[in-house]
Amino acid sequence: MISLNVNDKKYKVDVPEDVTLLWVLRDHLKLTGTKYSCGIGECGACTVHINGKAERSCVIPMSQVKGKKITTIEGLPDNHPVKKAWIQEQVPQCGFCQPGVIMQVSALLSQKPSPTADQIINKMDDVICRCGTYPRIKKGIQTAVQMMKKEVKK
Amino acid sequence: MNTTISRRSFLKLTGLTIAVSVTPFGHTILNASEKKDLMTFNPNAWLHITSDNKVTIYIGNSEMGQGVLTAQSMIIADELEADWKQVKIKQGPAADALKSPILGAQITVGSASMRGFYEPLRKAGAAGRAMLIKAAAETWKVPESECKAVLGTVKHDKSKRSLTYGRLCETAAKLEVPKDPPLKKEEEFRYMGKPMPRVDVPEKVRGKAVYGLDVNDENVKELKDLHYAVIARPPVYGAKSVSFDQKAAEQVKGVVKVMQIPQGIAVCATSTDAALTGKDALKVQWDKGTHPDMDNAYIEKLMMGDLDKQGAKVHEAGDAKKALGEAAKKVEATYYIPCVAHATMEPMNATAYVQADRCDVWSPNQNQTGCKGMAAGITKLPPEKIHIHTTFLGCGLGRRAFADFVPEAVILSKALEKPVKVTWTREDDIRYDRFRAPMTHRIQGGLDAQGQLTGWYHKTSAISIMKPVNPRAIKDGVDFYCLWGLWDVPDSPHWNGKIQYEIPNLFIEFLMADLPILCWPWRSVQNGPNAYAIECFMDELALAAGKDPLEFRLQNLKNNKRASRVLQTVAEKAGWGKPIPKGQGRGIAQHACFGTWAAQVVDLSVDKNTGKIKVHRVVAAVDCGPVINPGPLEEQIEGGIILALSTALMEEVKFADGGVASDNFHDYPIIRMSETPEIEVHIVKSTDKIGGIGELGVPPLAPAVANAFFNATGVRIRRIPLTPKVVMDALKKA
Repeated sequence: MISLNVNDKKYKVDVPEDVTLLWVLRDHLKLTGTKYSCGIGECGACTVHINGKAERSCVIPMSQVKGKKITTIEGLPDNHPVKKAWIQEQVPQCGFCQPGVIMQVSALLSQKPSPTADQIINKMDDVICRCGTYPRIKKGIQTAVQMMKKEVKK
Repeated sequence: MNTTISRRSFLKLTGLTIAVSVTPFGHTILNASEKKDLMTFNPNAWLHITSDNKVTIYIGNSEMGQGVLTAQSMIIADELEADWKQVKIKQGPAADALKSPILGAQITVGSASMRGFYEPLRKAGAAGRAMLIKAAAETWKVPESECKAVLGTVKHDKSKRSLTYGRLCETAAKLEVPKDPPLKKEEEFRYMGKPMPRVDVPEKVRGKAVYGLDVNDENVKELKDLHYAVIARPPVYGAKSVSFDQKAAEQVKGVVKVMQIPQGIAVCATSTDAALTGKDALKVQWDKGTHPDMDNAYIEKLMMGDLDKQGAKVHEAGDAKKALGEAAKKVEATYYIPCVAHATMEPMNATAYVQADRCDVWSPNQNQTGCKGMAAGITKLPPEKIHIHTTFLGCGLGRRAFADFVPEAVILSKALEKPVKVTWTREDDIRYDRFRAPMTHRIQGGLDAQGQLTGWYHKTSAISIMKPVNPRAIKDGVDFYCLWGLWDVPDSPHWNGKIQYEIPNLFIEFLMADLPILCWPWRSVQNGPNAYAIECFMDELALAAGKDPLEFRLQNLKNNKRASRVLQTVAEKAGWGKPIPKGQGRGIAQHACFGTWAAQVVDLSVDKNTGKIKVHRVVAAVDCGPVINPGPLEEQIEGGIILALSTALMEEVKFADGGVASDNFHDYPIIRMSETPEIEVHIVKSTDKIGGIGELGVPPLAPAVANAFFNATGVRIRRIPLTPKVVMDALKKA
């Protein structure tokens, strides 16, 4: 049995230690917001936060997440500025990659609340969106940054 | 979004039900409120107004990010004069009722959702509004002309009375449907033409949207004891398994069954991770298949060789050979467009549950009619016992209109007597994709002394799209699916898929490349590759004629207002003819298909030391007739441009030893944010017939890039993708 902490809830799963976090989240905990797309850490659709850092759950074995705090798209509050900005700017098309994209962006903004254009591209080049929502993702990030600034002022 | 709507849920509602039946001869609007069995109907759209004051709209097209649920509902809600807040939108089941009037099947392809449903949906909404007004007038005993519908309420201003649609629906349900309900005038539109937020966005942002891959026993209650399967598939075309270790796979914890099926060796387990571990343990040995020598060079050589053979005649007007013989100037060029993969972010998958008296399939598909047929074929159940539940699609690009993922799930569920979800790994998804058909083109063009086009001889070879799936669709050796954008049959349901230029002497010839590679429509079908060849060649002709590429195009489109207008619009917006920064190149291209006209201008620069192309800006103009939802329209063009740029710069499926060698995003690269240019989309205001939009961003882009590359370097490369290596090789040769 492996214990893990996901979205502030404690779970125990009976899987081998080399099973990746992605399949535990999806098939064992039924948290299907985290997506499978490449399985090799190339596309970012499976991105979650592990101790606050954006990581690819499809290449992280369970042995590495014991005792760590995991947050998935379901655990990111619905009033989080990135989620709100994504709705305001109508970022998703098919939307399949977006949970991973949102987790990537929210981790970036928690470390760099006002990222430069280069810092954004540098981080966002780790994710793939086949619908081509990149211009809307950029817009969404700008809007989320503004929303966060307003929240800080309050 | 409820992904498990059954036909029964139609029947639970009472109130006013309007259905529209569309045939090639016109449409009929029906009052379906009293009908106990809606199966006896054959309408194409449904809307229910119920006493709880809700308007529920069922949409038969698949939602893959194009915003079809929102746009079709906007049309109905607008004509119905409903309050958007009272509208509930649901994905309809697979039903004859929801077949596309244009395509004859319930299938979301060919940019046809608006082309097929715009008129009928308007009528359906308008009929509902007329009936509700009549119901109110009869209730109050006042003339209908004194009543008006405003946001879900009928009002009688004189007596200051009003009744909601919810209160009126049962009275209205007893009325006859008006034959020709009055439609709103454009200035009365409440939703159409205005940007409306897409209804599917919030749940997608929250991670709550259910895609095919997400179906499980928590979101679909019938799926208790769901099993998960993956399949070891032949690594090369025509390969058969020689041996595999079934025992080793069965010993993996969680593995329930290992089964040989026509598609390969399936491993069923209690979770995907266990199935994947089981698949690895199989250690399958395969034979060498049917084409052990096939690789990229083999494919290109064979298809180039085709151009020296005689093909099937597609079209002949005037005498192209004679015109070329008499031309003041003659130009000839040969182009190659390789295979590209759909590579949707959600890999192919399906979940099936076969029981004695019914079969349910949950899948992200673009072809409910096809899914139903495939499931019926395997289960031998009558069609009414097959229930297709369409989930959200993690991108479509045409791939999901070929539902080869459905039979696997049905076969395995039938054998296991349990619900089974089959997941394709990314490697499966790329290797067993049905690619965009590769093409070679050889074009000869003739100009008179004034630089006017006089003759065009066009020979093209492609892998046939339809031959493996519907050989009857091929007439006299011609597969028109490969030719859209160059030529099409008369009265084609795909509208204006022909070369737009006015060419007095035109000859088109087609060859079917004899290769085992399976191909299938890929966003815009072959309009992309055909536009690439035509529009690159137009620039080559313009150069020979000594004319500006824009001027040369307009000169050969004199009677084509819509093509000219998109070209002029894009040229003006992009500043065509004005100086551009040193070292940059600018290119233009236009294309028409699916009832819409599109043009683009591309600005780029080329790093002559590395061969890397940087596209700075793409300006696009589209004329699709009436606009329903402008936001998603722009997104579709933007997304199409980015997708096409990916194919122009980097995508090419690699083949080796008779099979597909590319298998994941590390060796099949896809465009990312850093390579995405600034994009401007300009919608040309137009009152012409409504056209499609989902595929129109793609065709003009690759030729506009190639033309801009020539403008920047003076070097013409006649193939894509323009990878740094291809560019460096060409620059060195020049």
